[in-house]
Amino acid sequence: MPRIEANGRTLEARRGETLLETLRRGGIRVPTLCHYEGLPPTGACRLCVVEVDGLPNLVPACSYPVVEGLKVHTHSARAVNARRTIVELLLSNHPDDCLYCARHGNCRLQDLSEELGVRARRLPGTRRHLPRDVSSPAIVRDPDKCVLCGRCVRACQEVQGVAAIDMTGRGSGARVDTAFGEGLNVSSCVNCGQCVMVCPTGALTERSHLDLVEGALRDPALTVVAQVAPAVSVSLAELFGEKPGRDVDGALYALLRRLGFSRVFDTAFAADLTIMEEASELVRRLRDGGPLPMFTSCSPGWVKFVETFYPERIAHLSTCKSPQQMLGAVIKAHFAARAGLEPERVFSVAIMPCTAKKFEAQREEMLEGKLADVDAVLTTRELADLVRRRGLRLGDLAPEPADMPFGRRSGAGKLFGASGGVMEAAIRTAHHLVTGGELADLKVEAVRGLEGVKEARVRLGDLELGVAVVSGLGNARRLLQEIDAGRRDLHFVEVMSCPGGCIGGGGQPIGADPAALGARLQALYRIDGAETVRTAHANPAVRQLYAEFLGEPLGPRSHELLHTHYDARTVLR
Amino acid sequence: MTSRTIPTALDPARARELRREAVDVPVILIGTGTCGLGAGAGAVLEAVRTLPAVQRRGARIVEVGCIGLCALEPMLDVQLPGRARLCFGRVDPGKARTVLDAMLGEGAWPELPLFQFPADGLQAWDGVPAIGDHPFFAPQTRLVLRNCGLIDPRSLDEYRARGGYEQWLRVLAQMTPAELCAEVERSGLRGRGGGGFPAGRKWRFAQETAAERKFLVCNADEGDPGAFMDRAVIEGDPHRLVEGMAIAAYAIGASRAYVYIRAEYPLAIANLSVALDQARQAGYLGRDIAGSGVDLDVVVKKGAGAFVCGEETALILSIEGRRGMPRPRPPFPAVSGLFGCPTVINNVETLANLPELVRIGADGFAALGTAGSKGTKVFALSGKVARTGLVEVEMGTSLADVVHAVGGGVPGGKRFKAVQIGGPSGGCIPAAHLDTPVDYESLKELGAMMGSGGLVVMDEDNCMVDVAKFFMDFIQRESCGKCIPCREGTRHMLEILQAITRHPRSEHGHMALERFQGVVNLEDLAGVIKDASLCGLGMTAPNPVLSTLRWFRDEYEAHIFGRRCPAGVCTELLSYRIDAALCNGCSRCLRECPVDAIVGEPRRPHTIIQERCVACGNCVTACHRDAVLVS
Ligand SMILES: Cc1cc2nc3c(=O)[nH]c(=O)nc-3n(C[C@H](O)[C@H](O)[C@H](O)COP(=O)(O)O)c2cc1C
Ligand code: SF4
Ligand code: SF4
Ligand code: SF4
Repeated sequence: MPRIEANGRTLEARRGETLLETLRRGGIRVPTLCHYEGLPPTGACRLCVVEVDGLPNLVPACSYPVVEGLKVHTHSARAVNARRTIVELLLSNHPDDCLYCARHGNCRLQDLSEELGVRARRLPGTRRHLPRDVSSPAIVRDPDKCVLCGRCVRACQEVQGVAAIDMTGRGSGARVDTAFGEGLNVSSCVNCGQCVMVCPTGALTERSHLDLVEGALRDPALTVVAQVAPAVSVSLAELFGEKPGRDVDGALYALLRRLGFSRVFDTAFAADLTIMEEASELVRRLRDGGPLPMFTSCSPGWVKFVETFYPERIAHLSTCKSPQQMLGAVIKAHFAARAGLEPERVFSVAIMPCTAKKFEAQREEMLEGKLADVDAVLTTRELADLVRRRGLRLGDLAPEPADMPFGRRSGAGKLFGASGGVMEAAIRTAHHLVTGGELADLKVEAVRGLEGVKEARVRLGDLELGVAVVSGLGNARRLLQEIDAGRRDLHFVEVMSCPGGCIGGGGQPIGADPAALGARLQALYRIDGAETVRTAHANPAVRQLYAEFLGEPLGPRSHELLHTHYDARTVLR
Repeated sequence: MTSRTIPTALDPARARELRREAVDVPVILIGTGTCGLGAGAGAVLEAVRTLPAVQRRGARIVEVGCIGLCALEPMLDVQLPGRARLCFGRVDPGKARTVLDAMLGEGAWPELPLFQFPADGLQAWDGVPAIGDHPFFAPQTRLVLRNCGLIDPRSLDEYRARGGYEQWLRVLAQMTPAELCAEVERSGLRGRGGGGFPAGRKWRFAQETAAERKFLVCNADEGDPGAFMDRAVIEGDPHRLVEGMAIAAYAIGASRAYVYIRAEYPLAIANLSVALDQARQAGYLGRDIAGSGVDLDVVVKKGAGAFVCGEETALILSIEGRRGMPRPRPPFPAVSGLFGCPTVINNVETLANLPELVRIGADGFAALGTAGSKGTKVFALSGKVARTGLVEVEMGTSLADVVHAVGGGVPGGKRFKAVQIGGPSGGCIPAAHLDTPVDYESLKELGAMMGSGGLVVMDEDNCMVDVAKFFMDFIQRESCGKCIPCREGTRHMLEILQAITRHPRSEHGHMALERFQGVVNLEDLAGVIKDASLCGLGMTAPNPVLSTLRWFRDEYEAHIFGRRCPAGVCTELLSYRIDAALCNGCSRCLRECPVDAIVGEPRRPHTIIQERCVACGNCVTACHRDAVLVS
């Protein structure tokens, strides 16, 4: 155990850790900007510089390996002056429009200038006036607000394995940009929003649909309906200052009604519907010989990833639409008719933990010569903004149930919010489809938890399936490489674009730590455990929809409304 | 592949011939390095090839590298059988014909040669100084450059005839890697790429780190503006680098080495590639070299062309095919470098020192130079000096000797002001300190740096604020943009320097205040940039500003408070007046003035309204009668 001395105190370090880790464990706070838990350190921002006895220059704590006997001064005049100057330099060409910024109040740059006591514009500077990139249906980039911390680049490259954005240019012309400086829409970006999640400033935000939704809500000619994804109810409360892991399911429906939505549906119902179709598709592929492994298709970032990087694997993607799109389709095709509404006058809003859902709702196949399944997508964050705009508070509301016919869900459907949830739900139902019976223990432990890659062998009667669950597209890419290299033991693979699944989606509260993800995950498991109906096939609302309208899974109507197709994509890389 | 048989030692007579200590036909040598070609050596070569006298006498034409006297390029040497080799400078095709007609005809010269190369058994020419007595060469000690300009860089045998590859074979046969590291450490050789880190110590770290693969990288990125030392060595004597690399690679246990070289150096790349092929063919490189069991391959990697790619960690990423951006150290490359393996990165000149170092031994090498700086240093001498060029002097030689003796002093009767040494990371040293010896510590003490070897002489016509601005502009465009102090800080320093040199009339609102605050901020920013930047580029970037501030503060004050540029360089701070006696009222200036500050009737003397003038200087260029006076 190396020991170091920091500000006169002795700290025990662990072998192989960085100075920053030792200091943090010892309760010494050194400010950081480019550092992000889980991303490799780059030592770029230099905010964590500290003075070390015997070294001529300040050293960055985030990337400096601890060694026995270091004598460190974290808040010497020299170190503090360097940090403050660095923040002043950043502010000197930053647009002074905090009051109009989506990240006002939740901005690392604001925090730092506060913490370091920057109270005057000492260094005047010239603005960059770089154009905003508004080309993407999901993500907006405002390079003027970028501090070049490189977190987004690392998230996109190292976590997601996409590398849609990179540092380009030199000197003061350096910036984060897409290939050839063309828009994000023609890049390999899959719209996952993980870059937004790590950006310390307002340089990356989701493309807002708030005004669109508010307009619709005020339009008397429209019936505005909402669907809420499973992961939203276990994270929304955090945006109102509550601890992670609280489920606000019922209050959320009440809130949406106050906001003016005519009907509020539960996307978990559609998750059950997805499982009916997808489990049936899996069983059919197993019977007909493939193509296997079958990949889930409910994560739109993943779907675009396959289309872009692995077009030869498109046939492995389940043809099922995602729950959002399935529900959107049956809202317009079935609910509208039942309620005596013209589908054109139904405005369908999806509230999602995800930015890629905005892209998915606009995919051409979803629009082809017909009405959009979903008209607008709000992220969890946008919903919280809408609530605040209307002067509402989450805590004030008594729980209410969702609306029928799409208001009932099974525990399995709710599990869709976490990595492994689709797999667990599918196993429950596939087991039923194959054997006619139910699993003795519905809990499939092997696919639970936050790990990026989980694998299991599952018995369905006399079939044994190899299944894998991956979250984070970097992990997905590695698995695909294994499959390309000849791996043959897998039959079914669940992929969620975002680490941890939708609970860690790109539309969720910014800056969640692993502990918060864990709390959201446990909340979902608790909800599933407490449900009376825990399998998709036992959901009476789903059975009723098949009986009344759809017929049977994979039947002609399902095929028309609930399934889709994919195309290879050419993008700029 | 099994080991090739190393060629046997050259026959002494053949060696003499290769060294041109005896020639049977006239030999014509033309310097066709990049600098020579730039000065017109290509046309000279063409002219010489077609000259009847040359064909009649069956003269041999040899292309050689640069001997270093750039000011007198193109150079043409003639060696007649039995006579010493003569060198003529500033040759054009016409002069080449005259010289050769005379020399090959009656064996006399039409005009005095620059110098001759005396050699045993060759009859010297009367009245021609020996190269060793020429003022440019006399103060020099040429270890690295010893063959440059003398040999045909594409001939392995010419290199061998001068002892080439002997040291490599000797080391391989007689020394262990650890002994070799110790020998080099003892010699005191320090890195010539800028940092001055002891080469032997760096090797030892890598040698002692256990790893399956290790790499040697030769840094030939040479990005400093105005630097061309490494290029000249590679073009003029590529085998010396190859031999040096072989020695270094053996010392650290690397069986693969890279030369990372600027893509803008096509001739160097070509000559180096030829040399590598020859060395492989001859068995100096390859598998089981000379039966020793040691393998070595050397690969040429073309650089991406960015200055920062010369920084070692950025260079490693660039070789790996990624964006060249520095990363924090530790880990140092000697422990974890290319592909995560122990990697030693050395500069061209560092490596090219090795054959000679090994030949004369650690003690012989350490006898050259000062206590802390051993051996020699090559400089690219340029600027306001009579003889610009490539010079190699013993460490400890005074700057005055370099400027005045080698360089021949400031021409045109102007007053010497300063030398800029070390390029963008270095600084300016004023006249008062010209007796400073060239060594790492002394230069650092004065706020400059040895750097890689740029040495620019400045006279009274150079504005030191302008010099600082030039380097700041360079740095702020070449910074990789990764870390904030360097990226934003250097931009700020540049903006402040721009404010200082901006015309009073273009100064709006708060700009004057910024100008006054500027100097205070300059020093503060400089401190933070040096202290907190990630790589050497940022850590040294403020030096050009700090050193000029230190020695030429009065010039800054004249710009800031007096709003004038004493050297008359910063155009915006000059004032312009029309001399009524010279002006014929042609109105050319009037038409070129962007702000209508010039008035006057046609064919009557014009006037500049000072309150309107923005000091763009257009009128000066427009006037055909030099009637616009600048002060
Ligand atoms: C911005 C920057 C540019 C550099 N460029 C070069 C270069 O062009 N050539 C070089 O040999 N070293 C260059 N260096 C120094 C290298 O990082 C490294 O220290 C050197 O190659 C080591 O070799 P040496 O020990 O033999 O000097 C540069 C350093 C910095 C920070
Ligand atoms: S949204 Fe995802 S894929 Fe697109 S740039 Fe951001 S991290 Fe990369
Ligand atoms: S966009 Fe955001 S995360 Fe990316 S480099 Fe800029 S400030 Fe950092
Ligand atoms: S000091 Fe400059 S060149 Fe070096 S890493 Fe920082 S920004 Fe890049």
